[in-house]
Amino acid sequence: MSIEARNITKRFADFVALNDVTLRVPGGELVALLGPSGSGKTTLLRIIAGLDFANCGSVFFDGEEITLRTVQDRGVGFVFQHYALFHHMTVFDNVAFGLTVKPRRQRPSADEIRATVTKLLKLVQLDWLANRFPSQLSGGQRQRVALARALAVEPRVLLLDEPFGSLDGKVRQELRRSLRRLPDEIHVTSIFVTHDQEEALEVADRVVVMNAGRIEQEAPPDEVYHHPANAFCLRFSR
Amino acid sequence: MRARARTRTDPALIRRSLIVTGLLFLGLFLFLPLMAVFSNALAKGISGYLGAIKEPDAWSAIRLTLLAAGIVVPLNVVFGLAAAWAIAKFDFSGRGFLITLIDVPFSVSPVISGMIFVLLFGAQGLLGGWLRRHDIKIIFAVPGIVLATIFVTFPFVARELIPLMQVLGSDEEEAALTLGASGWRTFLRITLPNVKWSLLYGVILCNARAMGEFGAVSVVSGHVRGLTNTMPLYVEILYNDYQFVPAFAVASLLTLLALVTLVAKSLVEWKSESTHPAAGSAER
Repeated sequence: MSIEARNITKRFADFVALNDVTLRVPGGELVALLGPSGSGKTTLLRIIAGLDFANCGSVFFDGEEITLRTVQDRGVGFVFQHYALFHHMTVFDNVAFGLTVKPRRQRPSADEIRATVTKLLKLVQLDWLANRFPSQLSGGQRQRVALARALAVEPRVLLLDEPFGSLDGKVRQELRRSLRRLPDEIHVTSIFVTHDQEEALEVADRVVVMNAGRIEQEAPPDEVYHHPANAFCLRFSR
Repeated sequence: MRARARTRTDPALIRRSLIVTGLLFLGLFLFLPLMAVFSNALAKGISGYLGAIKEPDAWSAIRLTLLAAGIVVPLNVVFGLAAAWAIAKFDFSGRGFLITLIDVPFSVSPVISGMIFVLLFGAQGLLGGWLRRHDIKIIFAVPGIVLATIFVTFPFVARELIPLMQVLGSDEEEAALTLGASGWRTFLRITLPNVKWSLLYGVILCNARAMGEFGAVSVVSGHVRGLTNTMPLYVEILYNDYQFVPAFAVASLLTLLALVTLVAKSLVEWKSESTHPAAGSAER
């Protein structure tokens, strides 16, 4: 599933968050949107997801224009910065949620749902926590539940907003490695937002450096590190 | 150990005198009036008490109070949820104005709250002519009572929900949307369960005020015996007629309602603290 955001401009009152930004992500790639706060990277992610709408520009999935489609119809998996787990539901119910709200015709049976959820929880190594509530989990565990929940509905596109932002040290390392392996295990195109250059360079197939609503450079990690396009990219990638 | 304890708590004398002051205050303004209501209500014994309650006029007052509350509380739940949702989740021009508007019933005297409906719908009011031509009675009839009660109880549900919804934010709802849930499904399965204790708290307060409202309802009611008297109004009529025992008997029902409300409130508060400790402290 390829993603294309064409000529996206987004304004919040007087502030221009995105200034005529064009981004193309081929199917199966894992792309990092790297930049400081206010660079527009989360805004771009949300516009691709359908959680926000651009003032101008269009979004395409596999060449099909989905600019005006509601977020429910886009089939995106979104992992929020602060996980956004449903805190009154168990881990199992959280992951199963997307399957339980499918229209009746497409909804799997209770057994099928249980099988899918169990498989996903095993994938993120949390099957033993299925009956716990989010408040009883650590940050790293919550993040993995959020990921499993997003993957449960077999999204064509996976979008992650600063997925490891609130985690520390070892947990970040482990989760980074899991994210790196994800496209090998599941066929999904992923975009993740980060302000951590080390993370972007280590995990992504391609890094998109953003600043003040514009894309400064778009290249594989090695190229961004060794051949930064301008002073900003130099400062930011080191 | 003892030295630390002494510096952290007030001396025993201060603690005890504060507690005694608090108890005296409660005793004077709460317990004595409660005792007075019940002792006067039972002055002619249980048969006198039950006789007063079984009067047809008393019954219609009780029915009218229950009817008003039964209409007002669900409507205010809908209004309150809608207003809190709009204010907490969205930014729109007029948002500040809406918040102020929600607080108006609190700052306006209940008598004025009733007056505005008389000025609007009364015979000499703005819409009086139109209503008379279409034979619709609002003032001095049940619709007027319901309207006045809606007005004075409107803020309760909204004010309970707004701070909680603001603290909770929209993340969970957005997550539900990305997973394919419709707006309505998201509201039912994500938003409502998250605010259920605050909603219940608001409903309890709204109900207590709806049943106990006097000033606004008094102005619009017309005091027609057996037709447009709620329980508080009926108590006033009985008292003015020197029928003290029946007056206190009906008043004791309202007092019992107040006690039940207090117990329900405490239960909800306790339940809310144990499930959402952070959100609970944010509201209160």
